[in-house]
Order: sequence, then structure tokens, then C-alpha cells
Amino acid sequence: MRTPVFVLLEIVAGAALFLILRAVNNDYLFFAGYTVLQFIVLSTAWNILGGYCGYVNFGSAGFFALGVYTSVFLYTVNQNLEELMPESLLPLMQAIFPLPLPVLILLGGIVAGLVGLGTGYLTLRLRGVFFAIATLALAVVLQTFVVNWSFVGGSRGAYVIPPSTVPVLGPYIQYLFLLMLLLVILSVTCARLIERSRLGYGFATIRDDELAAEACGVPTLRLKLIATVLSGALMGMAGAPFPYYIGYVEPGSAFDLSYAVNSIAMPMIGGTTWWAGPMLGAVLLGTLQQIATVTISSAVNLLIVGLLLIGFVIAAPDGIVGLWHTWTSRRSKA
Amino acid sequence: MANSDNSITIERIHAAYSAVRVLDDVSLTVGSGETVVLLGTNGNGKSTLMKCIMGMVRPYQGLIRARIDGQTHDLIGMTTEEIVDLGIAMVPEGRRLFPRQTVEENLLLGASRRLARARIKDNLDFCFELFPRLAERKNQLAGSMSGGEQQMLALARALMASPRILLIDEPSVGLAPVLVTRTIDAIKQLKEHYNLTVLMAEQNFTQAIRIADRGYVIVHGRIAFAGGSAEELNNNELIREFYLGL
Repeated sequence: MRTPVFVLLEIVAGAALFLILRAVNNDYLFFAGYTVLQFIVLSTAWNILGGYCGYVNFGSAGFFALGVYTSVFLYTVNQNLEELMPESLLPLMQAIFPLPLPVLILLGGIVAGLVGLGTGYLTLRLRGVFFAIATLALAVVLQTFVVNWSFVGGSRGAYVIPPSTVPVLGPYIQYLFLLMLLLVILSVTCARLIERSRLGYGFATIRDDELAAEACGVPTLRLKLIATVLSGALMGMAGAPFPYYIGYVEPGSAFDLSYAVNSIAMPMIGGTTWWAGPMLGAVLLGTLQQIATVTISSAVNLLIVGLLLIGFVIAAPDGIVGLWHTWTSRRSKA
Repeated sequence: MANSDNSITIERIHAAYSAVRVLDDVSLTVGSGETVVLLGTNGNGKSTLMKCIMGMVRPYQGLIRARIDGQTHDLIGMTTEEIVDLGIAMVPEGRRLFPRQTVEENLLLGASRRLARARIKDNLDFCFELFPRLAERKNQLAGSMSGGEQQMLALARALMASPRILLIDEPSVGLAPVLVTRTIDAIKQLKEHYNLTVLMAEQNFTQAIRIADRGYVIVHGRIAFAGGSAEELNNNELIREFYLGL
């Protein structure tokens, strides 16, 4: 399938989903759906580095939080424009601020992408488990930084009050949902494009055997940097609308362990070698978690993830996609 | 093909993995169109020397120069991809294929070098002609082939880069004796076809010496003996006794 056709299909599917949810007319569905979509973006982003290149990133929460705090920062700047800006710049700034949410998303992506680039340079000499530890440390460092930065609320947290409605759409949550839907389309298209390009083959050689890739003249460092930037930027973009979704952000929630765990577990459960794998995993796990949150308790979420992950690692190490492949090849042989 | 002058000169390099010294004052030349064999048992620095040439290990002292088509390049400080781009390819020890890619994909990945991309079709045809087995198994996953077939694929993959100089690290590792003979023959054949300059690290003395013009014996990171010809290596009592235990 050609990419334009694929994007068109995505848009049709997205629009259909949106219209159905709107017809049901229950805001809770949008709130729950937003979280699932957010996890699709996060896990697809994680998979670009973790699945395609084989570099396991434990710091997803850090990149996500970078997007979150870029938004919080710019929101706070807007609240205090008159104190922060010199008189000469004030009219200009008042014209620009408050920044619309799509711009915040873009900026969140840029900040997280730049940090991704820096992380890449610093850590990509590390391989395997050492890289994973370094990314884990990155998230901790960033969290410590945010905790001690009072402008964005420090450990106290920050309130971000979203408008209650937007023109045309109505409820603000529907606007957020729509934006996240667009990010899903963006990230999945990105992943699919990579998979079918020279870049994707380059990534696969890094995953399979980095030394051999180098011996073949594959520019491994450059490819890895592309992967860290893309993956980081998409995670940051997923985080940027979060303060407007939740209304109150503190470091503990923005850097929550569940982001790091989920963005690893979802691709693992879905399957890491195909663009649809992370999406499958995110829809399955994300929905399950939402159901568990309302029926049992929100604390049971990580337990579900853990149990499912153990199950899949034992029974289907290549995820749902892998299961499906074995099943179809067995059928074709029979 | 205008590969008139392709050689490697290594002058007095020293290399170490942190505190462990691996190469100690090693000098070596591979002349244009020559096949030079680097002999030595495990842990004497053969692979490290190869990696130094490819820019994967950086020696802390000494010079490595390559002449490619008459132009001299200083390899120290260059990245591996730049070195491959010049026209130096390596067949890594233990083959190092991409096991989850098909045979054909492995070959195409060998043509990462810019110049080689234009010649993909010709090179692919030649590889399939030289190793018909690879053509049969074009769509099979590389990791599912036998050791001998994998070695053929590793050689073919390096050729896809249209190299001028080919480094081969221990082609006989893990192969049955009959396959070692076949592999060495294949190396000779493709060397002649492409008029390659070849540096080969090997433990299997008798096999390697069949196609080598010259050879070096490396012991504990030092060149213990430099043979001016294959004959000289073969007839040297010291080597036979001290190093090979024949």
C-alpha cells in the first residue's frame, strides 16, 4: 500500500472513531480514549529505538515529561507575561501568547528531540543493558531538575487550567482527543515509513549485529541518532497536551513509572518488528487498564501489565504479531 | 575497473584495550594486488589489527595509510563508514550476518557504500554466479543456513561494496575441513576476478598458505616473522616448530 493511501485510510479510520464516540456522546469515553491514544504514540515512539534498533529505553517517562513541562513552562510564562517581559517586547508577546496547543505540541517535540540527540551522543557508545541504565538515569536526572525548579511548580506541582470549550467541537476533551488522534496518525505513519525504507534496514542491521553493520559501511552512529531524536520527539509530543488533559501536574505524575513500563510492555506484547505491533499492544493493554481503573482500582494497572508481560515473554516472545505469523505459516503448511 | 594501485601500509602501531596492550609496534604492508596472510593463534592480535584498519579500534600510536586507486588516505581518525566508503571492506570473524534478514537482504545491505549502490545488479549477479547456493536460498533467512553457506554469504556481502581492498578475518572458523578448502578457493577466485588486494587473518596455516603471496606471523602482539614469499614461510623451521608445532 502506498503511503498516501495509507494515510488516507488512517484519517478515515480516525474520523470514524471520532464520530462514533461523538455520537455516543459520553465524555468519559473521550477521557479514556485519550489515554489509550497517548499510549499508542508512546509505544510506537519507543519501538522506533527499542524495536527497530534494539536499544531499550527505560527513560520514556523522561521524554514524555519533557513535553509535559515544556507546556507547563510556556503556560506559566503566559500567566506572568507582564513581570517577565521587558516593556518593549510586551505587545509582541501579548500578541503571540497564549500559544495554541498544536504549537505547544510542536515545541514539546523539539525540546524532547534535542534532549534525545544529546542523550544519543552521550550514551550510544553504550550497548545493551548499559544503555538501558543510562536512559533510566536520564529520567531521574530530569525529574530532580524539575523538582528543584520552582518556576514550573517544583515538587508542589502546577495548575494548568484549560478552557472548558472550544469553538466548533464543543467540549475541550474532544479537542484534545482529536489532537492525540493526529499524533497517532503521525507516529504510526512515521514508523511505517521507516520500516519500508533504507533507514529501516539500517536499523535492523544495528539490532541484529552492530559490528557487522559497521563492517558493511552502515553509518551506525548517524542512524542511532536519527532514532533517538525521532523517538524522543514523538514522546515529547505525546506529553505536551497532558497538562491540559489532567489540569494539575506534579513531577511524580509526569515522570510516573507507568509511562516507562507501559511504553516497553506495549510493543513487547504487540510485537516489535511491525508498525502495528505497538498499536495493538497499546490498544489491548491501554483499554484493559482503563477498564481495570473503573471496575477494580487504578492501583491494579501495573499488576496487569506485569502479569501480561510475563505471560507473553514465556508464551509468545514475539508478541501478538509473532503469534499471528506462526499461526498463519502453520496453516499454510497444513 | 581502474584499480591500479591499492595497498595498505601500517607503520609501528600500538593498540590496547584500556590497560591490556594488544599490538606492540606492528608494521606491515599489503602491496597492490597481493594476498597477504596474517598468521597467529588465538589472542595474538590478528583481529585487533583488522579492527584498527577498519577504524573500530583506534591505535594510540603509529600510522595506517591506504592507497586507493593511487590516492593516499590516512585511515587513523576516520570512522568505519568512511573507511568502507573509500573501498575497504571486511568480512568479520565469525561471519556476523544479519540472521533475521534474508540472504538477498544481507547482500543488499553490503552495498551501503555510495559507489556500490550503482553496481548492485552487476555485483549481485556475480555473487550468485560465484555462489550458486546463495541464489537458491535467496529468500531464506541468513541465520537458518549452514556454517559454510553463511561464510559464502559473508564473503559475498563484503563484495557487494565493490571493494578495492578486502580484509578477511578467520574465514575458516567453525567450518568443516572440506568447507575450509572450498572457502579458500572461493577467496582466490574472487580475488582474481576483482583484482583485489587481500589481507587475511587465519589460523589454518596449510590452507592459508595455498593462496598467499606473503605472510606475517604475529605472536603476542608483535610481528615475529615476516615471510617474503609463501615458500619461505612454508620452509621455515622456526615457524613450523615454534609457532605451528608441526
